[in-house]
Amino acid sequence: MVVPFIQFVDVTKNFGTTHVLKGLNLSIFKGEIIAIIGKSGTGKSVLLKHIIGLVQQDSGQILINGEPLHQLSRKARKSFQKQLSYMFQDNALFDFMNIYDNIALPLKENSGFPKDQVKEKVFMRLQQLGLTGIQEKFPAQLSGGMRKRVALARALVTDPKMVLFDEPTTGLDPIRKKIVHSMIQEYQEKFGFTAVIVSHDIPEIFNVAQRIAMLDDGIIKFEGTKKDILDSHSKILNAFIRGENV
Amino acid sequence: MLIESIEKFGATILKLLESLGRVVLFFLRGVGNIFIPPFQFAKIIDHTWFIGTKSIFVIVLTGLFTGMVLGLQGYYSLIEFGSEAALGSAVALTLIRELGPVFTAIMVTARAGSAMAAEIGVMRISEQIDALKTMHINPVRFLFTPRIIAAIISFPLLTALFNVVGIFGGFVSGSLMLGINRHVYMDTVIRSIQMQDITGGFYKAVAFAVIATTICCYRGYYTHLSSGFGARGVSLSTTNAVVQSCIFVFVSDYIITFFLV
Repeated sequence: MVVPFIQFVDVTKNFGTTHVLKGLNLSIFKGEIIAIIGKSGTGKSVLLKHIIGLVQQDSGQILINGEPLHQLSRKARKSFQKQLSYMFQDNALFDFMNIYDNIALPLKENSGFPKDQVKEKVFMRLQQLGLTGIQEKFPAQLSGGMRKRVALARALVTDPKMVLFDEPTTGLDPIRKKIVHSMIQEYQEKFGFTAVIVSHDIPEIFNVAQRIAMLDDGIIKFEGTKKDILDSHSKILNAFIRGENV
Repeated sequence: MLIESIEKFGATILKLLESLGRVVLFFLRGVGNIFIPPFQFAKIIDHTWFIGTKSIFVIVLTGLFTGMVLGLQGYYSLIEFGSEAALGSAVALTLIRELGPVFTAIMVTARAGSAMAAEIGVMRISEQIDALKTMHINPVRFLFTPRIIAAIISFPLLTALFNVVGIFGGFVSGSLMLGINRHVYMDTVIRSIQMQDITGGFYKAVAFAVIATTICCYRGYYTHLSSGFGARGVSLSTTNAVVQSCIFVFVSDYIITFFLV
């Protein structure tokens, strides 16, 4: 049996009196693209933040390659988290830095790469994402679509083993959405990283992800492939896809 | 009713102590990171430019007018006792011991401290601080450590500038406008200042740098906990940062003076 790369076991999370995750179970396998869908405010971003360590669960376990995350040594946990990268919903680019510095930051601060190697990596990502020539500009001088691509470049510059995408296409026009989705697919194939995408782009995301999980009322209500979705008789899933309230 | 009031009072005190503890921990985390390589020279220079160099105009302006007012007030008070010759001494000592460090701290807090609180607050609400964490960058080290070093460098230098310009301001109103002999004015200034006055002012400037920078950065960093999210949260934490910094500057001024005299 294949051990999941990351496994949520009965994970709960409350913020004050709000119960966001109510015993969530989910497995994420190495090298796959999994999409998390669900209504706004159901805790999809919170789920991602548990993986990267920005939020800690109240109960339950998160297993990394079968080992509980909280039982890993500090060194092992740090080493695991260094394999991850996160693309924020609102990009979270640093306003006071130009585009070059934004993308180079994780390399400059952590990798110990010499300056010319950092430069080479940043320019390679800029070129791959069609951002050549904007390295001296600041985030505020770019369009929404360009800022998204810069955020994507920053997320990929460290060659992560897993990338967490929090609504990577929010605010983009259909053409840009398609480009971002293709980019994720293309880079995932090229670099082989595991991708977890929180998305509202239905049905487009079904063509990007190999598996889809639907989060509703704090638990995973559905998990399967595109075909499983199309064959599913789940009322909640079908209503959500059609944009109807159950 | 009485028990309820005591409970409320107790809860407020506990909250205050908790918050004070968090500020101290924040400060220790920031200072502890000073000694961990790689050292952030470029960032320190950037922040020294922002806190120090960009405050020069404000400091010169306030220092000049503070000195001029001291010269004017001092002259009319001293002349009643026939001691107007001591004006230089009065202006210099008042500035070097008290007004220089305090006014500099307040002006720099208003200009640079508020900007620090707002900038870090915006970074908090726009998830930029979370982004630093996801990149395995220590946000306190990245945001606070270079700022506190820059403030420790800038505050004493700006205080010295304030003092020099203030003494010149006293000279303008006392000698040039009211006719005190310029040699007498300068002579009393030089003769009255002792090394301990200068070192005392220096200690105060360093203490105020630490207090103002820590409070401003802390308020920005924990905007989401104390003032809430959004633009209103940032504006509230910026206001709180400036007001609390100024209060703590005055309180600590009294405490330091108590031990220095």
